Amino acid sequence: MASLIEMNASASAVHRRWEEDPILSVQHLTMRFGGLVAINDLSFDVGRGDITALIGPNGAGKTTVFNCVTGFYKPTEGRIVMRHGPGRQDELVRQITASGLRWKKEDGQGIFLLERMPDHEISARAKVARTFQNIRLFGGMTVLENLLVAQHNRLVVASGYSFGGILGLPTYRRAEKTAIEKAVYWLERTHLIDRADDPAADLPYGAQRRLEIARAMCTDPELLCLDEPAAGLNPRESAELNELLKFIRDNGTSVLLIEHDMGVVMEISDHIVVLDYGVKIADGDAMAVKTDPRVIAAYLGVEEEEEIDVPEVLEDVVEQVGELPGSPNTEPEPPARQPAATKRSRSRAGKGGKA
Amino acid sequence: MTASGTHVPASTQKPVGAQAQAEDRRSLGRTDTVSENRLAASLRDAAVAAFLAGVLGFFFIGLRTDLAPGGLDIRMRWAAWITAIIVVFVGRLALNVFVFKAAHPVGEDIGAKVAGMGRAVPGLGKWLTRALFLFALVLPFFFTTFFPGRDRQFIDLAILIMTYIMLGWGLNIVVGLAGLLDLGYVAFYAVGAYSFALLAQHFEIGFWAALPLAGLLAAFWGMILGFPVLRLRGDYLAIVTLAFGEIIRVVLLNWYSFTGGPNGISGIPKPTFFGLEMSRGDDGFAAFFGIEYDPIQRFMYLYYIIFALALLTNLVTLRLRKLPIGRAWEALREDEIACRSLGINTRNTKLTAFAIGAMFGGFAGSFFATRQGFISPESFSFIESAMILAIVVLGGLGSQLGIVIASIVMIGGIEMLRNLGFLTEIFGPGFDPVQYRMLIFGLAMVLIMVWKPRGLVTTREPTAALREKKRIGADMVAQGEGH
Repeated sequence: MASLIEMNASASAVHRRWEEDPILSVQHLTMRFGGLVAINDLSFDVGRGDITALIGPNGAGKTTVFNCVTGFYKPTEGRIVMRHGPGRQDELVRQITASGLRWKKEDGQGIFLLERMPDHEISARAKVARTFQNIRLFGGMTVLENLLVAQHNRLVVASGYSFGGILGLPTYRRAEKTAIEKAVYWLERTHLIDRADDPAADLPYGAQRRLEIARAMCTDPELLCLDEPAAGLNPRESAELNELLKFIRDNGTSVLLIEHDMGVVMEISDHIVVLDYGVKIADGDAMAVKTDPRVIAAYLGVEEEEEIDVPEVLEDVVEQVGELPGSPNTEPEPPARQPAATKRSRSRAGKGGKA
Repeated sequence: MTASGTHVPASTQKPVGAQAQAEDRRSLGRTDTVSENRLAASLRDAAVAAFLAGVLGFFFIGLRTDLAPGGLDIRMRWAAWITAIIVVFVGRLALNVFVFKAAHPVGEDIGAKVAGMGRAVPGLGKWLTRALFLFALVLPFFFTTFFPGRDRQFIDLAILIMTYIMLGWGLNIVVGLAGLLDLGYVAFYAVGAYSFALLAQHFEIGFWAALPLAGLLAAFWGMILGFPVLRLRGDYLAIVTLAFGEIIRVVLLNWYSFTGGPNGISGIPKPTFFGLEMSRGDDGFAAFFGIEYDPIQRFMYLYYIIFALALLTNLVTLRLRKLPIGRAWEALREDEIACRSLGINTRNTKLTAFAIGAMFGGFAGSFFATRQGFISPESFSFIESAMILAIVVLGGLGSQLGIVIASIVMIGGIEMLRNLGFLTEIFGPGFDPVQYRMLIFGLAMVLIMVWKPRGLVTTREPTAALREKKRIGADMVAQGEGH
């Protein structure tokens, strides 16, 4: 027991590289919908070149965080900083925050205050791409067209804002050729090249998920946000997804993902942030998180008055969670036994009352 | 918020069960006994219907009262009554045999045939396009050669159809490509017409100089309309655009000092051919080229102007479709949220769609003004918007060829129904077929929508392909807002 806590402490003390070179910092983020506080004073960093997982039970506020980061919601309070170029650049962040600018970019370095930017600008300028929990493809367009739409902004400039394109200038034809080459590159990576000329709605479910990732990658993102990319995938597809995400990370795009599939999360994540009721309850690498008593409590539930470090309970749950990374076909939530589930629901009700 | 994201989009689900049932139904009951039973049942059913018709029709059809000296005079019309009964019997029997109780309902077969036509002949669309284009190119000469007596009437009709084709193609950008339902398109037609009329009246600007100005003004008003409706979806979008169309018309009607109100504007100049007027006289077109003057030349010239304008609309639209802006329009129709997540500025994209669609409406409006020589707000009522929208929907959203066919069918069809003189021989001299044309027309539209609910041309051609262009079926293509 004592060794577990020690390990926890050492992990959090040493491996904090995402705090030294974060690509994205969420700072004191609060999101209220009327009286409901979906996210409460949440802060975390997403390391450059990491795969960061955002996990938590259903309704914990993960997708809300995503929607705030990608501009689909305007946060009630807080700051979301996206950085291009190395380091924290704290001085620049302060300057821009004070100046009222939305973003500033000069010689390779850039600071983007995402809470001030509209959604399309976040994708186009801050280079944050996202996918959706319920797949949003352009179903009536071919797979290739989906990937060309993703390269819209570059192509619009190349087409001389359509004027050159209407006149048939060669600049646009060259740009379109390059765009198709990029699309082909990602189609090959996602094993969709044979379906390039089929309508996106015709693809099977797993392929649609891959296409959505390919489409997001065609926007040349610095940060790729994936909302439950493994949902509904079979174990083989899930393993392929892991390879794809690692490939994306190794090619210089940081990844932030929401995922319920612990097999995926534990295997590929460099850094895990755990949310519950809109509050961060744990932050660290896979090892640190899965032994964190509060995470275990959030996933399995404890009674309010019950101490979490009662040895039998903890050992029980560690055993349960510990099994997860190995087995590919895990449920989104660990299968809690009946008593644990009832405990959880009771504890939830108690907490809800407080909020 | 974090519900399971495992549902499959509806568009990917195929009605396997329903199809299988239909197959079963077709394969069933092919034996003779069944068909005999079917015939007997059909006859019985038809007899019942005929009996009912006889009972009901006895008073309504069989009796006739006339004013006579000293009161009403009752006459029996046995012939009419028996004819009605026979018509009902035969009609019901035919329906039973071919539709209600048939192994292969005729409607299904025809529907399948019409639907399969495009697939059965892969080059059909292409060849039809070429044939129509060639015919349109020589159309005035065709009519002057083969129908010298009625050439003016036919060319006039061709001009009208071509105007609607152009309007349909213009509206297609907004409704078909960007998927924004616009019920007020006639407003831009009006803006174009009044722009030219007023410019000509006050500044004596000719047609060709006024044409781009009218287009620009209409595009400007397109953006004005675009701004308030940017956030609207579905029915709300349709209602606001409808209101916009009416606002423009009401302003034109009531701003008497500027637009002349209900009196309209008359004396709008005719288009010139590089400064040459289409008139008799020494400085006219005919005299300059040393050909004999004929009033038909003016109509032929007007026809070629609208033909060129329509072609311009088509070429620009086809080009735009293959450009990023066109793809963004179609993506917007498919999924607006996904567009925003890919960095597409949906506000600008929608505004360009409204502006470009409106611009072509404005061009067409200028042409309308110069053709008529007189405009008034009456020409820009809601029914025009509805007609243009009907052409776009009937043609198949987003399809250029479909709009051509739909225009010919709708505008040409309505005019052709004026020539149903032969029907008077059947129904007697008191029958006026013109009065029934809207009824026939409405019926035809209902039938087409039953068989081809997504319009005449239902497939979408991809704008880019890696290996081969496969046409995409309508069941996959989204319809956008407000449908």
